[in-house]
Amino acid sequence: MKQPALTIINGLIVGREGAPVAGTIRCEDDRIVGIGADVVPQEGDRVEDARGKLIAPGLVDLGVFAIDKPALHFGGITRAALMPDQNPPLDRSSTVRYAAQSGKPDLWVHPLAAATRGLEGSDMAEIALMRDAGAKAVATGRQWIADSGTMLRLLRYCAMLGMTVIAHAEDSGLTGNAVATASEMSTRLGLPSAPVEAEALAVARDIALAEMAGAKLHFRQITTRGALDLIRAAQKRGVAVTAGVTPAHFMLSDTALADFRTFCRFSPPLRREDDRKAVIEAIGDGTISVIASGHDPRGPEDKRLPFADAEPGMAGAETLLPLTMNLVRDEVIDMATAFRLLAANPAGLLGVDAGALEVGLQADIAIIDADRPWIVSSDKMAAAAGNTPFDGQGVQGRALALWKGGLKVG
Amino acid sequence: MTSANSSSRSRYPAGSLAFPHRGLLGLAGLAPHEILFLLDEAEQWVELNRQPTKRVDHLRGLTIINAFYENSTRTLLSFEIAGKRLGADVVNMSVGQSSVKKGETLIDTAMTLNAMRADAIVIRHASSGAVRLIAEKVDCPVLNAGDGQHEHPTQGLLDALTIKRAKGEFVGLKVVICGDILHSRVARSNILALTALGADVRVCAPPALMPADIERMRVTPYHDFDAALKDADVVMMLRLQNERMTGQFIPSPREYRHLYGLSVDRLARAAGDAIVMHPGPMNRGVEIDSNVADLPGRSLITTQVEMGVAMRMACLEVLTRKAREVPGWAQPREDKGNWA
Repeated sequence: MKQPALTIINGLIVGREGAPVAGTIRCEDDRIVGIGADVVPQEGDRVEDARGKLIAPGLVDLGVFAIDKPALHFGGITRAALMPDQNPPLDRSSTVRYAAQSGKPDLWVHPLAAATRGLEGSDMAEIALMRDAGAKAVATGRQWIADSGTMLRLLRYCAMLGMTVIAHAEDSGLTGNAVATASEMSTRLGLPSAPVEAEALAVARDIALAEMAGAKLHFRQITTRGALDLIRAAQKRGVAVTAGVTPAHFMLSDTALADFRTFCRFSPPLRREDDRKAVIEAIGDGTISVIASGHDPRGPEDKRLPFADAEPGMAGAETLLPLTMNLVRDEVIDMATAFRLLAANPAGLLGVDAGALEVGLQADIAIIDADRPWIVSSDKMAAAAGNTPFDGQGVQGRALALWKGGLKVG
Repeated sequence: MTSANSSSRSRYPAGSLAFPHRGLLGLAGLAPHEILFLLDEAEQWVELNRQPTKRVDHLRGLTIINAFYENSTRTLLSFEIAGKRLGADVVNMSVGQSSVKKGETLIDTAMTLNAMRADAIVIRHASSGAVRLIAEKVDCPVLNAGDGQHEHPTQGLLDALTIKRAKGEFVGLKVVICGDILHSRVARSNILALTALGADVRVCAPPALMPADIERMRVTPYHDFDAALKDADVVMMLRLQNERMTGQFIPSPREYRHLYGLSVDRLARAAGDAIVMHPGPMNRGVEIDSNVADLPGRSLITTQVEMGVAMRMACLEVLTRKAREVPGWAQPREDKGNWA
């Protein structure tokens, strides 16, 4: 049944540039049809009053490990790119098609096709078939593809198909069974560790290969100063390389591992303080263009283990927005940039017509109180599991209402 | 700096304040006076262990469980003897590592041990931090008998006791710890104990076996064993932890011996009265030559074993004082989280 048009009034609209401006936004069917100070509700519209809060695009979360709808909606997320590390992996068109349908109608899941069969890093998967089944990009999963020949062939093939390759960046020869960054902390705790250079080495190789292939390459998480310098230099000379990060790596350093806190076990692992600062600088200067949650809810059977035996990952969907707002309050970025990092840039990378508030785009809209305080509680999360390293921490920023394609979902 | 010579007990705070910890998970959280307190407590048990009758009843009626998730002979035996000499009922629980790799089993085991109302639990586990994880689930004192590459606190204490008895003084003492520092929990606990007590600690290993930022633990790293040995007062050798290595860290044992093996000739670079230590088990002919390991008057390797029993008796006796309502220790303390 066709629903009446939606008009959201009395809000501060977040655009691609500049400060939020007072205005109204009007949607018909699943599209934005009007935006600005002069837009007014029409007869029969559903009218929502934003009460002076932000009207922002629904967030596009690039790289979640679970379709955890309650958590994603709590976090103001309307679209999620699903990592191929599923059981079974997203390495066939049938599994990709199923995943692409799995969130509808109130969440759009954009599957990321496994780059290699079984994510084993050797044989290329049927990427074109998966593209036609709904895959929006190609990902190497949690692993780096160690074989340079395989990676080059993959990049060339994806360049031909016009698909971005989303890569994990850790040289597996250096990382081995490491669960921490080689540092004073890993030494004191006696945790298997790898040098930070493991990331830079992987990035250097993959940039070189992407340059050869003329491919679009996105590093899902870049967490070290050395790797960021390499990406910055490559971007300057015109290589189509971009980088993302999750809030854990700009909020926490490896001192958080004290007492063997498995909720701080990530891949890549938490870095030293200087690298944390480098990530913030890279967000500020645009080297990092995507902030994603890396949402990976894990139950006690995966986390209540000795640190090295625990699985990596955090339930991050709910804290993605408020932790990114920290960067706005600290004046690292402005509000418009924050939503470019959270919505427009990942949408552009996936090639979907969303992620911004513009006429003609999908009506994925969030009303957000950027200052609203709340306490993160692992016991009360909407996520399937409460494995957050931010348990008990006070944060600011909350989605008050959410529409997906004009359909109210939260 | 703290001197080990001033061994009068009056220098310690009274009662439980002398050692305000629920258990012994590592030496990282201990103050120098707390380490010295344990060393001094162990002295009485050294003397007892040299008597024909080696048993007291301080821990009579208490149950101590030794839960060893990793193979051990000497440490398990040492804890067992320690508990029995104090009059406790000691139960050894040897668990194959494969059966406890998964967390629920580990947590469940901890809760089971707790339900059996053990009065102290001694745990060894192959994963760093596993002992802390278990300790959070039980009410009684927990002693770390070695967790992964993290800590082996009673080994650090018994080594300190051995050194104290041989040298009398820690401040300014030149101690060389040579071998597989990266994988060694013994090295970490020794570094923490000896630096806290004022020793000048040098660590020596090939680059692949030297952990990152080790100098931040207030030690001086060396790759050249001969240079590290210069004027050393204590030479502590470590075993290559082949079972914890993934990949090749050294070209061969033969080459390792060439660079890092302790021979009589090499020992001559140390101080004339330098003592030799090794936590065992030794790889004779690899990290240490037999004629050094057995050198009368210089090698204290068997003394370390002797001190081990005394030190573990001290730890068990001190940590059960609250439960035994020993005067000065029985009062309530707000230290639920203070594991150390």
